[in-house]
Amino acid sequence: MDFTLSKKHEMARTLFRDFAQNEVKPLAQEVDETECFPRETVEKMAKSGFLGIPVPKEYGGQGCDPLTYAMCVEELSKVCGTTGVIVSAHTSLCVDPIQTYGTEEQKQKYLPDLCSGKKLGAFGLTEPGAGTDAQGQQTKAVLDGDEWVLNGSKCFITNGKEADVYIVIAVTGIVEKKGRPFKEISAFIVDKGTPGFTFGTKEKKMGIRGSSTYELIFTDCRIPKENLLGQKGKGFAIAMHTLDGGRIGIAAQALGIAAGALEATINYVKERKQFGRSIAQFQNTQFQLADMATKVEAARNLVYKAAMKKAQYQIDHKTSYGVEAAMAKLYAAEVAMEVTTKAVQLHGGYGYIREYDVERMMRDAKITEIYEGTSEVQRMVISADLLK
Amino acid sequence: MKIIVCIKQVPDTKGGVKFNPDGTLDRGAMLTIMNPDDKAGLEAALRIKDETGAEVTVITMGLPKAEDVLREAMAMGADKGILVTDRVLGGADTWATSTTLAGAIRNLEYDLIITGRQAIDGDTAQVGPQISEHLNIPVISYAEDIKVEGNSVIVKRQYEDRYHMVKAQMPCLITALAELNEPRYMTPGGIFDACDAEITVWGRANLVDVDDSNLGLKGSPTKIAKASDKVRKGSGEKVTLDPAEAVDYIVGKLKDKHVI
Repeated sequence: MDFTLSKKHEMARTLFRDFAQNEVKPLAQEVDETECFPRETVEKMAKSGFLGIPVPKEYGGQGCDPLTYAMCVEELSKVCGTTGVIVSAHTSLCVDPIQTYGTEEQKQKYLPDLCSGKKLGAFGLTEPGAGTDAQGQQTKAVLDGDEWVLNGSKCFITNGKEADVYIVIAVTGIVEKKGRPFKEISAFIVDKGTPGFTFGTKEKKMGIRGSSTYELIFTDCRIPKENLLGQKGKGFAIAMHTLDGGRIGIAAQALGIAAGALEATINYVKERKQFGRSIAQFQNTQFQLADMATKVEAARNLVYKAAMKKAQYQIDHKTSYGVEAAMAKLYAAEVAMEVTTKAVQLHGGYGYIREYDVERMMRDAKITEIYEGTSEVQRMVISADLLK
Repeated sequence: MKIIVCIKQVPDTKGGVKFNPDGTLDRGAMLTIMNPDDKAGLEAALRIKDETGAEVTVITMGLPKAEDVLREAMAMGADKGILVTDRVLGGADTWATSTTLAGAIRNLEYDLIITGRQAIDGDTAQVGPQISEHLNIPVISYAEDIKVEGNSVIVKRQYEDRYHMVKAQMPCLITALAELNEPRYMTPGGIFDACDAEITVWGRANLVDVDDSNLGLKGSPTKIAKASDKVRKGSGEKVTLDPAEAVDYIVGKLKDKHVI
């Protein structure tokens, strides 16, 4: 077992770190304060190939692996949680399902533009009455001639109004399983600008405030028959499998936020003086930092392991990584919350002031315990595997 | 069109500078980066490649670990990398370096050679022009803008208070300023390809038309008497005085030092 990163991954980390420091960090506070989507940063990331990292070159991607992608989200999130989730939602929740379940025509049509950043992706599963309980879906899709007609709405959609391509989950019928009626769920690709597809209000959030979170509304929205993604009736499996991958992205985001808060705190405690010496010289500070760093490193190992198992899946199409992804997300999200809270505490009063990055990081961390499956859902996934 | 870009791995001055007992830099012990002027030269070459499909070859002389800077250049978009490394080449000053690079370049076809104006570790600005002398081709130094027109280049050459527009027929050599452009980032896919790519490694035996007496430390006319890192300033002196006293105090200090 080798914990050494390859030369490729070391170089990629240097790239992501330099980019994050030079292009993302200077804007992070303003993006949070003004709740503005960082469009220019997204364009720069697109130019540098960050929007198609784990996609084969034949579809316009970078031909790298899920670990490289996770490292990208980690490094971006170290300085800006908003920027991290933009890449994560785009890559894990839109690009990945098209790459995994799309027909050759769909891949050729969508992936090059998504990988080059000409188009941004989003994913619509959650509804007002269906978050964790995906079977509670109300959005319907009815086949009418050569078109699917979508009606319903999706809420809390990341990259909401800024995206161009949306993976939308909808009910396409009722089927009987073990004598009981079940909703048949399918997945669709919906383009922005399709008549009948509009947006609700923008959500005002606690953290990741520059991320564009909107409600998607479908009113007799007609999309071509060929925009069905995967087989009809397989939408629930597609959504769940997509979220398995998405959790690696969010785990990487949580890891990045925690690591960023740790870095900021290390710098701060060396400078801050109390009782005539730096607070880094107090044993309480040292022990807190040791605990924070240990947990960040443990989270990193879980995240990288999940990413490496997904890489194996992409080769053999057999290796499962859902449990590892759930563990990584559960742990990294809770570490993000704990480490950012301690970071604020070690900053004292300044940690509560918006001028200091850890204040934003603590607010950004909270969502990682909630979206793409709450921590409770991750525990359900992990325990279901233990008890099967 | 074929472009050769000479790049150098230099100490990252943010990480501190370390010296060998003979006064030369201990390159193995320092964090390194691609020299900023060279990076701008590489970016200029890559922009010409974007426009014309030119082939860009990067070349460096250094320790085996200088291979890293070649891979970085290839991850940005350079097509080929050549490392010139040999124990007999160690300790080279600008003369021995330019002799070595010219000897290596004589193996290659080229229309344009781009070097950085100067490296942040030596700040001599001599290697580029010297290479052009060795190869007997024109040099345009201090380029802040480069355009290719047919088989000529048109270069905006920076001066302190003005600029020159210089046109030269290729093959020629241009030395680039860091202000020339904003170098692109590597791409993740470029990194993966660059790490899989083969780097050509040349030693003394591959150098064409060079004399041993012009190589390495022995072939370097420059003798280093003493080398030092940037002088660190002390913490200064703090005094607490009211404004009127403070003015008198400062003026007194300036007089003591014969500043006023």
